[in-house]
Amino acid sequence: MSIIITKENRVIVQGITGREGQVRTKLMREYGSNIVGGVTPGRGGEAVQDLPVFDTVKELVETLGPVDTSVVFVPAHLVKDAAIEAILAGIKLLVIVPDRVPVHDVIEIAAHAKKHNADFIGPNTLGVLSVDEGILGMIGGKASSARAWFKKGNVGVTSRSGGITSSISYYLSKSGVGLSTIVHVGGDGVIGMPHNRVMELFEQDPQTELIVMFGEIGTSQEEAVAEMMKTGKLTKPVVAYIGGKGAKEGTRFSHAGAIVEGNKGSWEGKVTALREAGAHVVEDFQEIPAKVLEVLGKK
Amino acid sequence: MAKLYEYQGKQILKSVKIPIPQGAVAGSVEDALSAANSIGYPVVVKIQTWSTGRNAVGGVKFADNDDELKGHVEKMLGMKIGNFSVESVLVEKKIAIKREFFAGFILNDTDKCPMLLFSSRGGSGIEEIAKEYPESVATMKIDFFDGFRPFEAISLVKKTGVDSRTATAIGSILVKMYQGMKKSDARSFEVNPLVQLEDGKIMAADCHVVIDDYAVYRHPEFGIEIAREFDRPPTELERIAYMVEKNDYRGTFFFFQMNEADKEENVIGFHGAGGGGSMMSMNAVSENECKIANFCDTSGNPPASKVYRAAKVILSQPGIKGYFASGSGVASQEQFHSARGFVKAFLEENIDIPCSLRLGGNSEDLAIEILEQYLGDKDVSIKGFGKNDSPDKVMKHLIEGMEKNEGKGHKITPFLLPDVYTCDYSFETMTGSIHVETAKCAECESKACIESCIQKILKIENGAPVLAIDTKDAKKGKCIECLACELACMTNGKGALKVVFPIDGLKEYRENLMKGE
Repeated sequence: MSIIITKENRVIVQGITGREGQVRTKLMREYGSNIVGGVTPGRGGEAVQDLPVFDTVKELVETLGPVDTSVVFVPAHLVKDAAIEAILAGIKLLVIVPDRVPVHDVIEIAAHAKKHNADFIGPNTLGVLSVDEGILGMIGGKASSARAWFKKGNVGVTSRSGGITSSISYYLSKSGVGLSTIVHVGGDGVIGMPHNRVMELFEQDPQTELIVMFGEIGTSQEEAVAEMMKTGKLTKPVVAYIGGKGAKEGTRFSHAGAIVEGNKGSWEGKVTALREAGAHVVEDFQEIPAKVLEVLGKK
Repeated sequence: MAKLYEYQGKQILKSVKIPIPQGAVAGSVEDALSAANSIGYPVVVKIQTWSTGRNAVGGVKFADNDDELKGHVEKMLGMKIGNFSVESVLVEKKIAIKREFFAGFILNDTDKCPMLLFSSRGGSGIEEIAKEYPESVATMKIDFFDGFRPFEAISLVKKTGVDSRTATAIGSILVKMYQGMKKSDARSFEVNPLVQLEDGKIMAADCHVVIDDYAVYRHPEFGIEIAREFDRPPTELERIAYMVEKNDYRGTFFFFQMNEADKEENVIGFHGAGGGGSMMSMNAVSENECKIANFCDTSGNPPASKVYRAAKVILSQPGIKGYFASGSGVASQEQFHSARGFVKAFLEENIDIPCSLRLGGNSEDLAIEILEQYLGDKDVSIKGFGKNDSPDKVMKHLIEGMEKNEGKGHKITPFLLPDVYTCDYSFETMTGSIHVETAKCAECESKACIESCIQKILKIENGAPVLAIDTKDAKKGKCIECLACELACMTNGKGALKVVFPIDGLKEYRENLMKGE
C-alpha cells in the first residue's frame, strides 16, 4: 500500500509551465506518478512534456475527468487562489510546495478544505514520496536519485524539515531499513496536514510497521502525536528526534499564546510528552537507524 | 516575526474605529512638547520599544507641564532597552482608568483558525493573573466562514463575570479587533490593557501587534525594514543581505551575524542549507569548540547567483578563520549550482582561509569535482564532501585546515565586480548581466560556453556567443544564472565571457571596514 500517493492517483500540476513546475513534473512522472495534465492561466491549449495545459482546473476536469491530487507550484502570492480553485473543482488532496505563503491565506485555504472535505500538505513542503509508487512535489530532485536513495520497506517517515526528510530516509535505506512513504509536512507554523494527521494514515496502512518522526520546537504537532499514542489511536512504534534543543527559546511575543499553549512547543515539553506516551526519542540524529533496527527486532 | 510599535498598532486600531487616547509619536523633545501642547496636559509619555514591562525600566511617565515632560523625554530618548536604543516616544492624553481587561487574538495551529482570549482581569502580569483566576478567562475559536459577531463577543465577555452593559460595549470592540487583525495580516493582535474609563467608555490603552513575515509585502504602511525577528537592530551587513533576498524570489537566503571574530577563538563563517540540516550542522561546530560568526541559510533550490552573493556577504566578515558550508546532507537540488556559486566567489576573493563544503545530494560528485578543478591549487584547503560524510567529519577537516593555515584570519579585500570594459556584447539576466569580449572568441575553437548552457539559450553568431532567445526572456528568468558558461569559458575558452552579479552596498561596506583597519 503506502499512504497519500500511489501509482493510482490521478495527479495534476498547477503552475506546470513555470521553472519549478516543468522540472518537477518530469521528476514525478519519471518516478511513476500518474500526471494527467496541468494548469496555467493564459497558457491553455499548450503542452508541457506532451501533457495538456488548461487555463483553469475546472476546464481540465471537464476534459480529462476527475482528478485526485493537485501539486501546486505557483508563486506564493497566488497560492491561495490556486488552492481554493482546486478544492472547488473537487480535488481532495493538494500538495502546496511554495514557501512564504501568508498565514491568513493558509487559514482561508484550510477553511475551504474543511468545508469540502479536502486535505492539503504544506505549504513550504518538499512533498511526499511513496517508494516505487510515486512522488508529489520535489523529493529526490531526480527520479534516478530518488530510486538510488530510497529503498522499499515497512518504515514510514514524517518530518518538519525538507532536507531532513531526504537525509533520514537515505540513511535508513543505507542501513538496510526500507521505507513505505516519506512525508515532509511543511516548514510553516500553520500547515494542512501536521504529524498527527500523517500518523492517522500510517496507522491504517498495512505496509507501515514503524514510523520515524523528525519534530522541531514550536507548534503542538508532536504533543498531538503523543496524545494519539496515549489514547490508543496510534499503536505502531514511533522513533522520534526533536530538533532545536540548543536553540534560544523563541522570544515570547504573545501573552495570549503563552496562556493558551503553556509548555507546548518547547523541546523539553515535546520530548517528555513523547517519552511518557511510549515513543523512542533519540537525542543524536545519527542514532536513528540503529534505534529503528533495534525496535524492529533486527539487531 | 515583524513586531509593530505601540503607535503603529494604534493606527490599526484607529482605522477600525476602536477608541484610543488622543496622542502623537515624537522623536525629539521639541516634537514631544508640541504634541503635549496640542493634546493638553496632563499627559503620559511612553517609550516605543518591542519589549514588554516598560514601566519597570522607567519607560512610562506622567507629566503635568512642559518642564516635567522635557525631563522625562530627555531621559527616555536614547535609553538602552536590551540591544535597542529608544528612538521615539508616544505622548498621550492621561486617561482616568476604572477597570482593566485583556483581549488577544492569536492563530491556532491545531484548528487552523484565529482564536480569541479574553480576560476580565487585565494589565501587567496577565500570564500570572490568568493562572490565578481561570474563571476570569474565556477563549473562542473563530470559524472563517461564520466570522465573529457581536452576540458571540458579548456572551464570551459575560462568561468572565462582566455585566451586560459593559460586555456589550466590549463586544463591539472585540469584533473590530478581529477585523483589524485580518486587515493587517497579524499573527498576534493584543490589547492590554483594554480599559473602562471612569465615565464607562471602553478604550484601548496599549497594544502589541505582530505581523506575519510572509505578508509584510502587502503592508508598506508599516515601514518594516527586515521582516524577521531580531533582538537588536539589524547590522549593516544584514541589511545588505536582506536586500539580496528581497530582490530575488528564487530560493531563500537568510543571514544574521552572531559573534565577532577574535584572535584567540576559532570563529568561522557558517553557510547552511535548509533549517533542520543547518541546526544539526551548527551542533557540529560547537561540539568541535568553534564559534560561528554568522548564521546563513540558502535553501529551496536557490540559483548559483544567490549562493555566490551569500558567500560574498559571509566573506565580508574580517578575521573569520574558516568557511563551513553544510546542509541536510541529501539535497534534492542539483548541487553543482551551489558549487559554481562558491567557485566564483572564492576565485574573486582569492580565498585566504580553508573552506569545507558539505554538498551531499543530487550530482554531488560533479559538485565536488568542480570545487577541486577550480580551487584545488589554492594554498588553503578547499574541499567538497558528500552525503556519506557527517557534519562532524567535515568540521574536523576544516579544523585541520585552519591549523595548517596557522590560525590566520580572513583579510577583507575591496569588492570588485569583474572588469567588463573591453566587452562589446552583453545582455541582462534576472539579477545581473553577462558580457562578452567577442574579439577573444574569434580565437576560440571550443565554444564551450554554448555547450555548457543547460538552458540552451546561447548560439554562435559571427564567431561569438549571442542570445538565441529574446533578451526580455533572458531577463525574465530563462537564463537561470547558473554560471556554467563563465566557468566553461575560463577553462576551455579564452576567458572572454564574464558574469556580473552586483550586490548593493557591499562595495561601500568593505571600504569602510578597510578604512577602519
